[in-house]
Amino acid sequence: MSRPEIEVRDLHKSFGTNEVLRGIDLEIGRGEVVCVIGPSGSGKSTLLRCVNLLEEPTKGQVFVGGTELTDPDVDIDAVRRRIGMVFQQFNLFPHLSVTENLTLPQRRVLRRGKAEAAKVAAENLERVGLSEKADAYPASLSGGQQQRVAIARALAMGPEVMLFDEPTSALDPELVGDVLAVMRMLADEGMTMMVVTHEMTFAREVADRVVFMDGGVVVEDGTPAEVIANPSHERTRHFLSRLLDPAMADVEEETSDQLGKGD
Amino acid sequence: MADTDVRLQPKKKGLTRRQKRSLSRGAQYVVFVAAVIVFAVTADWGRLKNQFAQWDIARQMFPDVITLALKNTVLYTVSGFVLGLVLGLVIALMRLSSVGPYRWLAGVYIEIFRGLPALLIFVFIGVAVPLAFPGTEIVGGTYGKAALGLGLIGAAYMAETFRAGIQAVPKGQLEAARSLGFSPARAMVSVVIPQAFRIILPPLTNELIMLFKDSSLVLLLGVTLEERELSKYGRDLASTTANSTPILVAGLCYLLVTIPLGFVVRRMEAKAQEAVK
Repeated sequence: MSRPEIEVRDLHKSFGTNEVLRGIDLEIGRGEVVCVIGPSGSGKSTLLRCVNLLEEPTKGQVFVGGTELTDPDVDIDAVRRRIGMVFQQFNLFPHLSVTENLTLPQRRVLRRGKAEAAKVAAENLERVGLSEKADAYPASLSGGQQQRVAIARALAMGPEVMLFDEPTSALDPELVGDVLAVMRMLADEGMTMMVVTHEMTFAREVADRVVFMDGGVVVEDGTPAEVIANPSHERTRHFLSRLLDPAMADVEEETSDQLGKGD
Repeated sequence: MADTDVRLQPKKKGLTRRQKRSLSRGAQYVVFVAAVIVFAVTADWGRLKNQFAQWDIARQMFPDVITLALKNTVLYTVSGFVLGLVLGLVIALMRLSSVGPYRWLAGVYIEIFRGLPALLIFVFIGVAVPLAFPGTEIVGGTYGKAALGLGLIGAAYMAETFRAGIQAVPKGQLEAARSLGFSPARAMVSVVIPQAFRIILPPLTNELIMLFKDSSLVLLLGVTLEERELSKYGRDLASTTANSTPILVAGLCYLLVTIPLGFVVRRMEAKAQEAVK
């Protein structure tokens, strides 16, 4: 692996006095799929949002495709065109139709012509299996369909990296599969992906690497077989047992770690 | 049953809550009807009719009251509203800006123009501006001055409405736009403001109604016969005919516009409510 596609060096992020990230180092190679897991408040969403600078890091560096995003003079809008992002709440533009959701950013940001933008939009809607919803408005779609449109919208910009912030957490359980199928397709096509998720099956089957975070640091980083099947840290074991078998969990005292915001 | 709580059972003595409620409702109706009857009986309808409802005087007012007075009222209002809309949006964006002095300036503007009576602002434009800048004419004469006065007032209210509308658009919308590579300004124009506009359409229409009524203050600018709007026209005619019928007709003309507009606002609000569900 030559130059990593995403590189995070000694990243710190505080919200006021609350230190959410306490020194993260992470590299993601081209075409790699990395799932970030961890309890809520562990800082995993904040880390993801720092990778395209939706959150401004307090300290440290972030590189994507060799460009330093944390450089104060960087053209952040230009860098973000190469980074697609998918949100937990979809964040489709409700005043625009599905097709317009895909064409507006292409036209306004990439300055593509009307015909080209429409063509790219149609291609990407087909990729996520929603060609027939081209003229619908977001409010008339199910959560799973909205999330697939959101993925298509990001893909229409031709990104080199895709970030997913708990993409299935807001979905009804029976709709999760459709979204994960699209993500699996992207992974198979060789897209570089960083996915914050609670879907352990997806992490186990699709991810090249799984990163476990807790308390603002990376606790464990390895293949799914290492981290999920055979975790070496007690914290990872504890988290996984609660996640995989929630009915068996004991009542615990809240610790200040878990009260932190950021997820 | 023996173990039922006695407090939950119907009372044996006195009135139940339901009976008390309908009794109190009945009393309210009686008071209301009595007030109407007292008003109707004691008012001197004959004199009122003589002073306010002279049919031939009312007929004299047409078509001028529509083609001149109402037309001017609408013209003043619409031009003031458009100016206020543009200025209000700019001030709202300044108010939300990350630049301190902009926020401060916008805040001062809003406090001043929302706090002063519209009447004083018109007097100021009519008197102080020509004094301070002798020789300069406000573009459009009375029409320009009216638009300026109503626009300055409307902008203060509309700025607050715009600010609330922009803040009501979920933060995720801006984040999604930024993550796609929109600059902050472009995200605002393409994504946030169109959504904010839908949210604030009902309050914005209310502000249009407010300006419609405030346009009566144009008379403070000193208007020619041709520039008179409804209130001035009605009052002038009332003094020449020594009868108040023109006032009543002018008032009805205001309602002719404001009532349908109010209806439209309620329709839009109901639709917006439905969309939220």
